[in-house]
Amino acid sequence: MINAVGREIPEEILKMTGKEPYKGAKAMDDHEFTRGAAKVHAVVDPGRSKLAANIREVLEKCGIRDGMTISFHHHFREGDYVVNMVMEEIHKMGIKDLTICATSLGKAHDPLVPMIEDGTVTSLRSSGVRGKIGEAISSGKLKNLAVMCSHGGRVRAVESGEVHIDIAFIGAPTADEYGNLRANGGKSNCGVLSYAIADAEYADRVVAITDTLVPFPNVPASISMTKVDYVLVVDEIGNPARIATGAAKPTTDMRKLRMAEYCTQVVINTPYFKDGFSYQTGVGGASIASTISLTKIMEERGIRMGFGVGGLTTPMCSLLEKDLVDVLVDTQDFDLGAIESIQKHPDRHIEISASEYANPFNKGAYVNKLDYVILAALEVDVNFNCNVVVGSDGVITGAQGGHPDTAAGAKCTIVIAPLLQGRIPAVCTNVTTVTTPGESVDVIVTDYGIAINPRRQDLIDALKDTKLPVCTIEELRDQAYAIVGEPQPVQFGEKVVGIIEARDGSIMDVVREVKEFSFED
Amino acid sequence: MSHPNKKRLRRSMMFLNCQKPGLIKDPYIYKPDSIMLDLEDAVAENQKDAARYSLFHALQEIDYHGVERVVRINGLDTPHWKEDIRVCVAGGADVIRIAKTETAKDVHTVEEHVLAAEREFGRPEGSTLLMAALESCRGVLNALEVCESSDRLIGIALSGGDYTKDLQTVITGTGVELMGARQQMIIAARAAGVQCWDTVFTNLDAMDVFEEEVRMIKMMGFDGKSLVNPRQIDIVHKIFTPSQKEIIFAEKVVKEIEEKKALGIGVFTVDGKMIDIAFYDGAKRTINLAKASGVYEGDL
Repeated sequence: MINAVGREIPEEILKMTGKEPYKGAKAMDDHEFTRGAAKVHAVVDPGRSKLAANIREVLEKCGIRDGMTISFHHHFREGDYVVNMVMEEIHKMGIKDLTICATSLGKAHDPLVPMIEDGTVTSLRSSGVRGKIGEAISSGKLKNLAVMCSHGGRVRAVESGEVHIDIAFIGAPTADEYGNLRANGGKSNCGVLSYAIADAEYADRVVAITDTLVPFPNVPASISMTKVDYVLVVDEIGNPARIATGAAKPTTDMRKLRMAEYCTQVVINTPYFKDGFSYQTGVGGASIASTISLTKIMEERGIRMGFGVGGLTTPMCSLLEKDLVDVLVDTQDFDLGAIESIQKHPDRHIEISASEYANPFNKGAYVNKLDYVILAALEVDVNFNCNVVVGSDGVITGAQGGHPDTAAGAKCTIVIAPLLQGRIPAVCTNVTTVTTPGESVDVIVTDYGIAINPRRQDLIDALKDTKLPVCTIEELRDQAYAIVGEPQPVQFGEKVVGIIEARDGSIMDVVREVKEFSFED
Repeated sequence: MSHPNKKRLRRSMMFLNCQKPGLIKDPYIYKPDSIMLDLEDAVAENQKDAARYSLFHALQEIDYHGVERVVRINGLDTPHWKEDIRVCVAGGADVIRIAKTETAKDVHTVEEHVLAAEREFGRPEGSTLLMAALESCRGVLNALEVCESSDRLIGIALSGGDYTKDLQTVITGTGVELMGARQQMIIAARAAGVQCWDTVFTNLDAMDVFEEEVRMIKMMGFDGKSLVNPRQIDIVHKIFTPSQKEIIFAEKVVKEIEEKKALGIGVFTVDGKMIDIAFYDGAKRTINLAKASGVYEGDL
């Protein structure tokens, strides 16, 4: 069946998953459902300790067995040790057929590949994967479909009961012996625990893993003792150097600076740029540079931001330092400056849950209130569909993150992408895989020019008297193809290895097994 | 008749290493007036041939969207310059920049080979322009003869690094060591009716010092500057492009002089400043610069 972004979703995939094809960004508005619920093992006896001696003991106490769904968060990013330490023990126990429901996985989790190969892990749900897990999925090694979901889509699946987590493993920078968990302090400070909050609420068993046990009560807690079954203390839950680095040095690459300048000019020439506007941006060089150039203009014109959302970095937090924003709502901290900021400004830099951030199936999330979001993309096509998960070689190599959520919510969604990545055109006729629908994407900023979605005549009008190099998306594609040629399509096999789940749970696209490339005679 | 592009706008001339395809594939996105594709110092001695190969294909295949394509060839004291010229002409370069020029004879030597190459590759005779880089004390002292050496010559550029070595000093950042050369060259260029460009500024961490230097050379009369990084382009253009205030004043001066001339009035005031015919050329130049820079919206 062809879905609303023109992608063929095979009938057997719809049948196998029980899912609908994607029907449009607002197709599920007012959807009625009953929330899922977790089993609770009540702690009535005040004398019972929650501390576990080691991973094996905690796994046994939680009743780990074949076929379970276990979950992890990605606040430790590429510095995470928790996933691997838990999975190694499970592997040793010979448990099979597990579903991993992670908020995201990275190269740090390459050691999972042998467990995918031997059937320890047979299903996977994640915002995305990088490195060797991506290669393993794309070469058909995972037994069942990999489900790539957005941050909002994952928490929707958990809260709606579509996914039921048996055991949640929550790495916590600090914990007390009764399971009050905080992201601040400790050796593996990550600022917030936003992505783990739903897991603590909806999993049958919740295991906190920390390397810094602190006196009771550890408050204010991101996750309360009322949700936590066991606390395990280990030597190290992560590598701080890879959890958060110092603020990235602002780019001096003129190409990125040019794109940042274009982006800022788009923002300030659209009608939402007024006192109290809201804004979210990412961690790329151009995104950071555009926050810096936007800050200058806000100072010059005396315009303040109402709220900023993140994924936060130092330049966004500097807005708070300069009193140019009322409040920052935070789901993840990408550098030490952001972590420092949440500690320094507890009244105006606030941790929010993934559900508050982006869940389409609650009664309203922050993304719905965004004026601007600045995003990146691996590929954008002439219908403004974006791909942020599958590389132009067909291999899964990225994550949806909050891309489709923020794009769907924001009044003005700007995607920054250099027109050419080496010999690969970023603007093309058809993206390899659709992860964010073109109807949610408004402006594409490249180093060669800017294209505005024809669905947004209001933005076209707003920008027509500026000196910005506005052209059509087809013109951008043609420029790219004129320089590097039109790429031959990636050669995929027939087997579907994964789905791109839309944030509302329907199917946006499928990912097929990659075939070895063969040259035509 | 002179080449129609001999006096085009050349505020910014950005160096690019021909060895680096990523650099030469799309520098037009930064909108410099000219790019200088370098076969000389940026290219390693054993990579000259590879760089020429890249250069030829770049000149042939890439649409530079109206940005002038200058090629800096190797010096006449090297084994490379003759082949460099053949490649430039075969590829269709707009201008050849002669490195280490010291005398009119140097220009004549290059000119002969350019003419031969134009005949060899069927390019119109005279279509390849020349510019001369002065990199030594002798070159600077001979600036006038170099400027007057050829109808193909669009102007002279100072190459500060080699020049200060020859002068037995260094680039100090104050500009004092370059003062004499800059003065001598701009005077010679104006006397001969050709253009004149200042040397590169290489400290990319000191953009404010760069900006000061650009303001200074603009005041001295230079037409523009050689650049090493695209971040420098917008600064040069900002300084070399007349402001709206300057344009409006120049418009008034031109219009008033023309009107008053008809009435037989020689001296009058515009916005409180005394104006006579001596201001006419300067005001016209401002308007022309504004037009060439794409910021003129009037009807003169």
